[in-house]
Amino acid sequence: MENGVNNIADPLASVAVLPDGPDGPDEPAKLAEPVIHLDGLSVQFGKRPILKELRGELRGRAIGLLGPNGAGKTTLIHTLLGFHPPSSGTAHIFGRDIRNGAKQIRTQIGYMPERDSFIANMSCVHFVRLMAELSGLPSEAALERAHEALFYVGLGEARYRQLGTYSLGMKQLAKLAQAIVHGPRLIFLDEPTNGLDPPARQRMIELVRQIRDSGKAHILLSSHLLRDVEECCEEILIIKDGRIAVYCNLEEERRANRKFLELETRGDREAFVEAIGTLGCEYALTSERRLKLILQDDVDIRNLYQLAGEHKVQIRRLNFKRDSLEDIFLKAMEDGNGGVGHAASLPDRGKQ
Amino acid sequence: MAVHEHAYKPYAGPLTPVWSRFLIIPRHAYRDVFASKVFTGFFALCFVCPLVMAILIYLHHNLTAMAIFQINLQNLAPINGVFFQFFVGFQTGLAFLLTVLMGPPLISRDLANNALPLYLCRPFSRAEYVIGKMSVLLILISAITWVPGELLFLFQSYLEGAGWAARNLWMAGAIFVGSWTWILLLALLSVTISAWVKWRLAASAALFGLFIISNAIGFTVNGVLQTRWGGLFNLTIIMKTIEDSLFRGPNSAGLPSWMVLPTPAAWIMLALFLALCLFLLTRKVRAYEVVR
Repeated sequence: MENGVNNIADPLASVAVLPDGPDGPDEPAKLAEPVIHLDGLSVQFGKRPILKELRGELRGRAIGLLGPNGAGKTTLIHTLLGFHPPSSGTAHIFGRDIRNGAKQIRTQIGYMPERDSFIANMSCVHFVRLMAELSGLPSEAALERAHEALFYVGLGEARYRQLGTYSLGMKQLAKLAQAIVHGPRLIFLDEPTNGLDPPARQRMIELVRQIRDSGKAHILLSSHLLRDVEECCEEILIIKDGRIAVYCNLEEERRANRKFLELETRGDREAFVEAIGTLGCEYALTSERRLKLILQDDVDIRNLYQLAGEHKVQIRRLNFKRDSLEDIFLKAMEDGNGGVGHAASLPDRGKQ
Repeated sequence: MAVHEHAYKPYAGPLTPVWSRFLIIPRHAYRDVFASKVFTGFFALCFVCPLVMAILIYLHHNLTAMAIFQINLQNLAPINGVFFQFFVGFQTGLAFLLTVLMGPPLISRDLANNALPLYLCRPFSRAEYVIGKMSVLLILISAITWVPGELLFLFQSYLEGAGWAARNLWMAGAIFVGSWTWILLLALLSVTISAWVKWRLAASAALFGLFIISNAIGFTVNGVLQTRWGGLFNLTIIMKTIEDSLFRGPNSAGLPSWMVLPTPAAWIMLALFLALCLFLLTRKVRAYEVVR
């Protein structure tokens, strides 16, 4: 693992085990049990392979599932829900095998499907109550939780309206309400911001973050919108052509990139860069006037300006450079071999 | 997740027994169905026949009343297998109309609204979903067929005495089995058509059409080939044959003797037909259709 990004050189290689999530080290039991453990999971539709030998362990509070259209994101979610049988391999959710424990697994899962999914001629509160009852809640508790869930997602005032009269944004919120009404430990959100206008999208993202930060449920968010994933998730799994192209811990990535600098200079910089080297910083000359470097823990930006002053070099620009999710995603997509060979890498490393 | 707290909270209360969850579907379905006054009125009318039959049974044992009306019910409507067969036949006719009213949207609505993933992503299997949907019909049709039928039998037994009940216990069995064969056929047929035909009117027409077309095919095969085996394609004849055997009754369909089907053949054909319905249901009732 390099700077938080796991380079998967082998399709069978395991996704890295993550350090503590927001739960912190006070939850050792959770570290022992991954949320999702992919164990060579393959899925075929007829003779067409959709998912190919997926392996890895996911432990984060919010896991982003990324990939281009047709990569297999939704199929992975459906397989984890037991909708499609694995053609080989298996997966475990909270330690239970999806092959023979699907029903028990589904007691702990909430699912928000991508497409419009409703039961006709029902008020929203009736619909969410029915879904809660199907999850095993007694009738009275289901009604109470339905009201609570609808208020929680912001549909409290509209809860007695027929679902058919809802706008797209309201329908998305109703789908979220039915996914959380029974208080699941793991929530699958399939493209939750599809078709939402910016305020509605922001509202949805905020809700996802609230659920994540509550620490009461894990979230697997599938999306092709990088921004959604970046705003909500601490881990990402990029799937391409049915394989894991990249696994990345965004939190680690952000921490690692905090001291990654890009400088634009004027003047004779040879002595300047040599001096940077003597400070112990890795650096790379990217063009005649630009260089990138990784700041060591004991080196401050002030030291750089002092060095520049001593060597009569002007620092015209100084940027904290981080590898954005977009960079990671695009690099994963550039791999022409199904994401097997090279996962997203960080910006060019300095050389001494 | 209390309304005033606005925070996500897991559910930690008790859960309902797994075996009982399929009953959630009919409970919610009846709320909508009985909101319709037309349907409620029709359902109430379905109890007129049992009421009339109960009065007839009562009159059979009330000599004063028979003397007043100057009728001899013992000859006019004897309480025997034919009496109960007529009851089951009449009530299953009403059950068919009930099925036409209620059956077509049962699954088609869910398919049209992509609701199946919402059911099946929960601890709720495909079998429970189908049983739940069928229960909507099973419970209502039971309420107008074998339940009042058995009550009539008990009423007659009470008035006639334990000896009559012991001698005619087979009638109770015939009412139960005869009703359930119709109930299963109608419910399975209805949900299967509902799963394959999304348009309600077309589904209702298909339910009618299946009986009419199978009737036509059966009689055509019989007529052209001069054989009884065409009856195997005729759902009405199959059911009448089974009913006749259960109620030890005459040839109630009024067929020429050479056209009457052997009872085992009718049972086998019914079983095959129900198996075909189940197969078609398993093909269609899925969270998502897979394009191979």
